[in-house]
Amino acid sequence: MVFTVSLFMVIQYFVPLDSWAWMYQYLIDWTIIIGVFALLLGIWSLLRVNWGKISRRSENWGYAVITLVGLFVMLIFGFFPGGGNLNNYVYEHFFFYILVPIQATMFSLLAFFIASAAFRAFRARSVLATLLLIAGLVIMIRFVPMGPLSEPISDLASWILKVPNLAAKRAIIIGIGLGAVATALKIMLGIERAYLGRD
Amino acid sequence: MNIFDRMVALDRRWVFLFLFVVVALAYFFRSQFSVGVVTTGEVESIYNFIENAQPGEKILVSFDYDPSSLAELHPMSRAIMLHCFRKGVKVVTVTLSQYGAGMVEEITREVSAEASELYGREIVYGEDYCFIGYRPYPAFVILGMGENFRVFFPRDYYDTPLDEIPIMHRVRNYDDLKGVIAITSGTTSDMWIIYGNARYNMPLSLGVTGVMATDYYPYLGNALFGLIGGWKGAAEYEKLVKQEADANEGMPAQVVAHLTIVLFIVIGNLGYLMTERKKKITV
Amino acid sequence: MEDSMTVELLWTTLAALLTVATFSFLYKDNPFYKFAEHLVVGVGAGYFAVLLVMNSLKPTLIDRVIIGQWWYLIPGILGAMMWFRFSKKLAWLSRFPIAFYIGTSGVAIPLYMYNSVNRQLSATLDLTPGFGSLTEFWNIIIVIGVLTGLMYFFFSKEHKGAFGGAAKFGIWILMLGFGSSFGYTVMARVSLFVQRIAFLEEWYFMVKNYFV
Repeated sequence: MVFTVSLFMVIQYFVPLDSWAWMYQYLIDWTIIIGVFALLLGIWSLLRVNWGKISRRSENWGYAVITLVGLFVMLIFGFFPGGGNLNNYVYEHFFFYILVPIQATMFSLLAFFIASAAFRAFRARSVLATLLLIAGLVIMIRFVPMGPLSEPISDLASWILKVPNLAAKRAIIIGIGLGAVATALKIMLGIERAYLGRD
Repeated sequence: MNIFDRMVALDRRWVFLFLFVVVALAYFFRSQFSVGVVTTGEVESIYNFIENAQPGEKILVSFDYDPSSLAELHPMSRAIMLHCFRKGVKVVTVTLSQYGAGMVEEITREVSAEASELYGREIVYGEDYCFIGYRPYPAFVILGMGENFRVFFPRDYYDTPLDEIPIMHRVRNYDDLKGVIAITSGTTSDMWIIYGNARYNMPLSLGVTGVMATDYYPYLGNALFGLIGGWKGAAEYEKLVKQEADANEGMPAQVVAHLTIVLFIVIGNLGYLMTERKKKITV
Repeated sequence: MEDSMTVELLWTTLAALLTVATFSFLYKDNPFYKFAEHLVVGVGAGYFAVLLVMNSLKPTLIDRVIIGQWWYLIPGILGAMMWFRFSKKLAWLSRFPIAFYIGTSGVAIPLYMYNSVNRQLSATLDLTPGFGSLTEFWNIIIVIGVLTGLMYFFFSKEHKGAFGGAAKFGIWILMLGFGSSFGYTVMARVSLFVQRIAFLEEWYFMVKNYFV
């Protein structure tokens, strides 16, 4: 099935006939629908794991209760008939006043970790590390007002982004592209079958 | 152990506290100093794209980010939406991110109210903008929207059939839109380039987080006509539309934080150099 | 009016408390942080499940089958087969929808080849290298940088001699690229923190205005 479907998708790219367009659209549409079931499987998995922790009274099982309470509150109010579904008051407010602040704050902790890591570990031990350090420092200080030095630093930062950075990232993109095509071909031809799980 | 080594050996919580206090103070006293924001070509391209659009033309803006990237991407989303409403450009919004629907609702609600006040005309859902909803698996959704919006989004987020939304009249796929601006925080930006622009060749620009911004410079001039990178890019766009807000207000604190981290790096390296020098002398 | 202000203040105070609870991790892992962490997992999963069903599954599958487009039962059945993954006896059924999904991903082959290889190579070769202007000179650096960067990643040949020298220049270019990424990453992380400070300041003024 993998070979047949992927062969059709490749041929469709090079020969986009109108008579095949309906098949192409259906394949994509059906893939999304199947994918939704896979994502719901993840939610079921979360439920199973946390329920297991509670029933076995594992260490810190109390926190699993909190996870499931959060999950069920959202499910109940989100699916509640006549409750406005996606516009339900509790559903919306839990998103904006619980999920948003916690998630935003969790990622903001990274600012501290990057500062601590820079302090402890970022050393110009070699030529390569020094180059990395210089490029990083120039980018970081480019919008610090420094009087007459501001413009040259800003120009240097712009040069770093548009010349060496562009070259480096382009080389990486080409490398990744070649690797991705090779892997995709291996999967298409059945050489790579790890995605099917264990036999 | 010299003073620099002793500083580096400090409990990292002191580093955290120092950074927290310094940045918080810089933010609270932000009105005391200003940071000049210089606009760059890649941001100006997006500004000019919307500025040169005719009233009534339609663009697709994809808000593909979660609350974790809200700080960087909300300001640029706000600035772009305000610009579109000022120019009378119609905006079709979509999200390919799992928590993006909430982000779209928040930004469209806030900006439509703000724009109504600023520009003296009511911004109406369905006529000035619409939100067609969320679908998982961005690669396939992007491919699908290039064929026919209605197959993949038969109804909008509020369960209204797409045919009943005025803005979606005569919009079948990307060919009927002036272009796409994707504001993304993850691999969705790659999906837009590979599955969107490479397949359908529609004008595409990206607004991305700072972490990813440098990765998209190779695409400027071929896949992308513009790029807004992180908080600084958002500040540039706010300046261009003359609606300085969150991004510009946060610049003083940004500058202070950067200087603090540069100071940490310099202290760490001074200590390292002194230690190496001492080792060489001893040897 | 006052009622809605009170409710708004209560919700924002909840958000502020959860923000502070999450920040408390900087001191050390503690029950408040763990509470916030587990709560966000549950709320996030619940939010996503409702969104998936009401906004993705309902209009694309359920509503279509109800109006008589019975052929949409095929992806519905394939999707349901995915759920046999947890069964020891019938797990093999889940391979069909996975194979279907992987098959449609075959569209990536020509697209990656065109976008990541052809287009990038032609963009590099389209540059006008030369010594007539500064831009042309930098174009030489870009072309050499791309080629030597690729040479660095070619590990099938030992990095010795002229090839080794070219690979060395390539890694210098790569380091400058990674350094610029580091600089932008610092900006990105700091901006997330500044926004949280802005939110806490907003909450403070909300409380102050409510009681004063």
